[in-house]
Amino acid sequence: MTIKQLSVFVENKQGRLSEITGILQDTGVDIRALSLADTTDFGILRLIVDKEEAAEAALRGAGFTVSLTPVIAAGIADRPGGLAEAMAVLRDGGISVEYMYAFISRRKEMAYVILRVDDNGRAAELLQKAAFPLLTEAEIAE
Amino acid sequence: MRERIWNPIETAPVEEIKALQLARLIHNVYHVYENVPHYRRRMDEAGVKPEDIRTLADLAKLPFTYKQDLRDTYPYGLFAVPMKEVVELHASSGTTGKQIVAGYTQRDLDIWGDCAARAIVAAGGSPKSKVHVSYGYGLFTGGMGLHYGAQTLGAVAIPVSSGNTKRQVQILQDFKSDILCCTPSYATYIGETLREMGVKPDEIKLSAGIFGAEPWTEDSRRNIEALLGIKAYDIYGLTEIIGPGVAYECSEQTGMHICEDHFLPEIIDPDTGEVLPEGTPGELVFTCITKEAFPLLRYRTRDIATLSREKCSCGRTLIKMTKPRGRTDDMLIIRGVNVFPSQIETVLFQTSQTSPHYLITVDRVNNTDTLDIQVEMTDDFQFDAVRLVEQKQREIEAALQSTLGLSPKVRLVSPKTIQRSEGKAKRVIDKRQLY
Ligand SMILES: [Zn+2]
Repeated sequence: MTIKQLSVFVENKQGRLSEITGILQDTGVDIRALSLADTTDFGILRLIVDKEEAAEAALRGAGFTVSLTPVIAAGIADRPGGLAEAMAVLRDGGISVEYMYAFISRRKEMAYVILRVDDNGRAAELLQKAAFPLLTEAEIAE
Repeated sequence: MRERIWNPIETAPVEEIKALQLARLIHNVYHVYENVPHYRRRMDEAGVKPEDIRTLADLAKLPFTYKQDLRDTYPYGLFAVPMKEVVELHASSGTTGKQIVAGYTQRDLDIWGDCAARAIVAAGGSPKSKVHVSYGYGLFTGGMGLHYGAQTLGAVAIPVSSGNTKRQVQILQDFKSDILCCTPSYATYIGETLREMGVKPDEIKLSAGIFGAEPWTEDSRRNIEALLGIKAYDIYGLTEIIGPGVAYECSEQTGMHICEDHFLPEIIDPDTGEVLPEGTPGELVFTCITKEAFPLLRYRTRDIATLSREKCSCGRTLIKMTKPRGRTDDMLIIRGVNVFPSQIETVLFQTSQTSPHYLITVDRVNNTDTLDIQVEMTDDFQFDAVRLVEQKQREIEAALQSTLGLSPKVRLVSPKTIQRSEGKAKRVIDKRQLY
């Protein structure tokens, strides 16, 4: 069970980030989660949004390079140790995590972590077996 | 089945071609000796008189003409006829230095048209063809050369010139052009625009393209052929000699037949000036043996190529030259290593998820040359993790290292961020202050 993450390649960071968020605002797209990977030469802005098709079209239309990646959004208890438990499940299952970032949901006492792993199917299975709820595309769009 | 030939000289017996060459060479050596003080002085200095030229091998006795000679005698110092006989001028700026000027009499233009017509026919053209010319029209010889060629053939010349690429596509569709003539980089750009506009190659009528004026690789040829759904032919020429049509490719696509009945080719060792035998790579040198207004003697082209008289399946007997590996002007010397931009292009064509659009920046930092190459990723490149981008960069760097023998720094950039060219592509920025 995966959701789609939008990645935007950002060569020249100055001003580009505000341009991207401005485009999403004008398109009526709500950003659910965001992370920026930063190097000296380029940046990668990763986004989880409510209307991913509209966001992709608007960004491409504005000349941005966009890549879509299936990622897992797992719910964890919003308390100390919540994330560590989820990570232990993945580690024990031999799943390696490329990157991850978290966001707090509007739902009470729940945080979400976006996970990019080497095997989505198996990671989802392990997390669900350990009673971590996974977000669906429909839930993200709500 | 033999392919169509425009001029019977193209398939004449070699001995007949050589006899014609000798007669014409002798005639033109007298012509320049009598009419151009520069040549008279140079020949006198070399101790050679026109009557010393009795065989084709005697050509080697004549002094070379260098690009610098053209600059020194700018604008009209090497013209061999009075200005009243000149009917057209062209110029080439080159990438460095003062421009050079070439003049044409009406007969020179007729020769040019005939040579370019040979190229169009070799690319499958006929009097029924519609030839779409997207070379720039102006002082640059590209536009007019193919234009005259099309008209000499009795085909339709469509002088679109370069620029406004969407309109180019519209004209290709509406006018039902058969043959496209432009630089290979502009052909790529037109092909990409076609794709962007959602026009399929079979929605245009193009069957062939004649591309020249800049070095291009075999991979680039295949790419253009796929983008436009055509067969792509090479054409060679330079303003100093006449313009496009000095040599042209036939269906075999294994080199270009030289119009050697007008332009006598030699291959020399660029360092010693010694004439090299056929089959040996070296600097291409041309002597104009029929031109009236601006007939250069043993002009050093700075192009590195090989000549071959091997039998060609097309039936033409005119000597063939290989695609120049790159003009020595285009060659970069980085940390003492010779680098041609085309070598970089070849590596990029062999790397997945990168496009052959690149920009080379050479600089000198702490007395060491640096080579930075920006490369466009393709639209389907997965770049969500930094590692994926860096891995791809390292993969290209390693491939370039093994091809060039020096290690560049590669930086991936977004698709379509490197400036597209409507003429000759600008792929190198040299920031070194060497001059
Ligand atoms: Zn041939």
